[in-house]
Amino acid sequence: MATKQLVVNPDKCTGCRACELACSFQHYQEFNPHKSAIHVSIFTLDAFFLPVYCAQCSDPACVAVCPSGAMHVDQIDGSYVVLVDHERCIGCDMCTVACPFGAVEDDSAGSVHKCDLCGGDPACVKVCATHALEFTEVSDMPRGRRKALAERMLVERGGL
Amino acid sequence: MGAASGFGGWHGRLLRVDLAKGQAHTEPLERAILEKFIGARGLGAWFLTQEVDPTIDPLSSANKLFFVTGPLTGTGTVAGSRYVVVTKAPLTGAIAMSSSSGYFGPELKFAGYDMVIIEKAAKSPVYIWIDNDRVEIRSAEDVWGREVSATTDILLGETDEEAKVACIGPAGENLVKFASIMNDNGRAAGRSGVGAVMGSKNLKAIVVRGTQGVRVAKPMEFVQAVQEAREHEITNQYMTVTIAEYGTPDVVEFSNGLGLLPTRNCQQGVFEHAAAIGGRAVAKYNLRGVGKTKACFGCSTACGRVTWVRSGPFQGRGEGPEYETIAALGSGCGISNLEAVIKSSYICNEMGMDTISAGGTIACAMELFERGYLPQKDIGRPLRFGDGEAVIDLLVKTALREGFGDRLAEGSYRLAESYGHPEFSMTAKKLEFPGYDARGGQGYALNYATNNRGGCHIRGEVQCSELFGIPLVGITEREGENLDRFTVDGKAAVAKKTQDYYALIDSSGMCNFLVISMPNASAFMRLIELATGTHFGGLEEFLKVGERIYTLERTFNMRAGLTGSDDTLPKRMLEEPLDDGPSKGNVARIGEMLPEYYRLRGWDEQGVPLPEKLAELGLESLEPAARL
Repeated sequence: MATKQLVVNPDKCTGCRACELACSFQHYQEFNPHKSAIHVSIFTLDAFFLPVYCAQCSDPACVAVCPSGAMHVDQIDGSYVVLVDHERCIGCDMCTVACPFGAVEDDSAGSVHKCDLCGGDPACVKVCATHALEFTEVSDMPRGRRKALAERMLVERGGL
Repeated sequence: MGAASGFGGWHGRLLRVDLAKGQAHTEPLERAILEKFIGARGLGAWFLTQEVDPTIDPLSSANKLFFVTGPLTGTGTVAGSRYVVVTKAPLTGAIAMSSSSGYFGPELKFAGYDMVIIEKAAKSPVYIWIDNDRVEIRSAEDVWGREVSATTDILLGETDEEAKVACIGPAGENLVKFASIMNDNGRAAGRSGVGAVMGSKNLKAIVVRGTQGVRVAKPMEFVQAVQEAREHEITNQYMTVTIAEYGTPDVVEFSNGLGLLPTRNCQQGVFEHAAAIGGRAVAKYNLRGVGKTKACFGCSTACGRVTWVRSGPFQGRGEGPEYETIAALGSGCGISNLEAVIKSSYICNEMGMDTISAGGTIACAMELFERGYLPQKDIGRPLRFGDGEAVIDLLVKTALREGFGDRLAEGSYRLAESYGHPEFSMTAKKLEFPGYDARGGQGYALNYATNNRGGCHIRGEVQCSELFGIPLVGITEREGENLDRFTVDGKAAVAKKTQDYYALIDSSGMCNFLVISMPNASAFMRLIELATGTHFGGLEEFLKVGERIYTLERTFNMRAGLTGSDDTLPKRMLEEPLDDGPSKGNVARIGEMLPEYYRLRGWDEQGVPLPEKLAELGLESLEPAARL
């Protein structure tokens, strides 16, 4: 089964926050980092930037605590995605409290907002100039990382 | 709280802060004024001319500070990261329009304002805390005297860690005439001494938090146009590979190769140690390795970097150095020790000083000393070219106005003049030259001589067309063969058009690096049209808006007391040819180009805008010059 996930490589992130703009535009037709479901944590003088967003957990804390059944796990093209049913949401913010990633936020309109993977074609990925963000098959990642590790060792030994 | 977005791109709202009364209120901005002056630089220039008497002392409480965003600031365009500080400049007595990026400008926009106007002066040190609609003027006693990064950390702790800070360092507090305003730690609204104006008002910082959105008039078409711009930028190898990898320091070897890298106060155009202070040398100090760069808001190029000198006398960490800093504090002072240059950059950033003017002023002092015009007893130490430790010592003293630093804090022109030799100040209108010797190309030399803020490269980058082979498509490419750097033919037109176009870029809220990476000028115009719903009526009419802004600034300068005789360069640039390298034998032939430049601008022989030109540009309400 395809298990595409949004993955980030912080070594490539430049802190430009184009992902935040793309996300807020996709969902609210305005440019507003505050309404984005992805937030870049910025450490300016360390040149370290980490986009943080919903991990789409397979056993999500937000779903477990949701009293109304609004928060639920769904699938898009075989990938797990945690979605909010805004009709059922009672705005209690239990999910916001439970999420260990800070990825669910009160939307100031009686519900919460979080990453919905844009229905399987994330807008943030499309504007990421350095490809720090990718929407990719996680099953391919260990293989790629094993190869990258081996290549680094080969370079150290004067190969490549 | 609803979005304040009034018109698309613009909010149509400004915040006015009276520091004497400790009060703030909002005012609407008329759409007609926004359409006429766009935003940022243009909008600030309009309000400056309307509200500030050009003859005032820039450091008196009658001066005002205009922090202005553009219609593209905070939008999803590439690098909609800019804000501009407009005021009357203490260094030059002319208009100041210092631009910076990072995150501060967009945050101000997200707080719901196109512009903040700061009036009068506080009795004791304060900072302004803008949390969306809530504005407080708070005591800054605890951060007064502190450096930029400490100030930033402390104020974020007192407000909101996701807020953004623009502040001055000790140099601004001490009214150093080239003090900068620093935002997000390492980004600078650097030139003309805007930081000293803040210091004169006892204003340490503006801290802003914004959670409101920016909407655009034609959303779907706008993002489509942005996507096309992104795709085109990727084809620009210079921006996406060279600048992304090595940043602006990569220009060091390039300028040196053309024989125009300012060296030892412009006594030479070739620095024998250029490679030691160039892009590849700087990259070795990148905190997280070559290629790990740092972007401003929304920027796909990411030309910034954080460097780290791990140990030794020049140990430290910070943003930069950029090319201009290396030219000013490196080759300009004859310094080949890169770690000393990097340390100088850190000190300027922490103290809040313009690296270009700081380097240019010390280089001038070095030449005065070596020629015997400046006695050692005045300085307190010998001051020869190449002495990095002396530069570092004097930079700190300058920021604190200690000893000889008090003289340096006045800038190179006043310094050299006080020793009877103003000709050794490498300035135009008292603003120190950037990193391209004016004898390396006639067009950008003309821009230095005529630029509204003085010896400046970035308010009309003629060198892009003349040196870098990046003609502005739809602007200067039409001049075709006239882009040869040593010819004066056609350069008046190139300089004028480039200045007008950059007035538009600087008014948009977008970074000029990313605008020149766009397919053409029409694509840039279209972004503003789609964001705001304005129709300019074609590229020629759009450029007229740029000409309007440029001419408006000129009228301010003329009424401030500047004249056509200020449109010149130091004797060295006009009469002393470079004696070596690829620009050998060349001087800046300003006199041959200036009459045509004035004619193309619709100014009289003294450089005063003619009434019919003002009428054509919709500026008929303005006095073109000081009344005699």
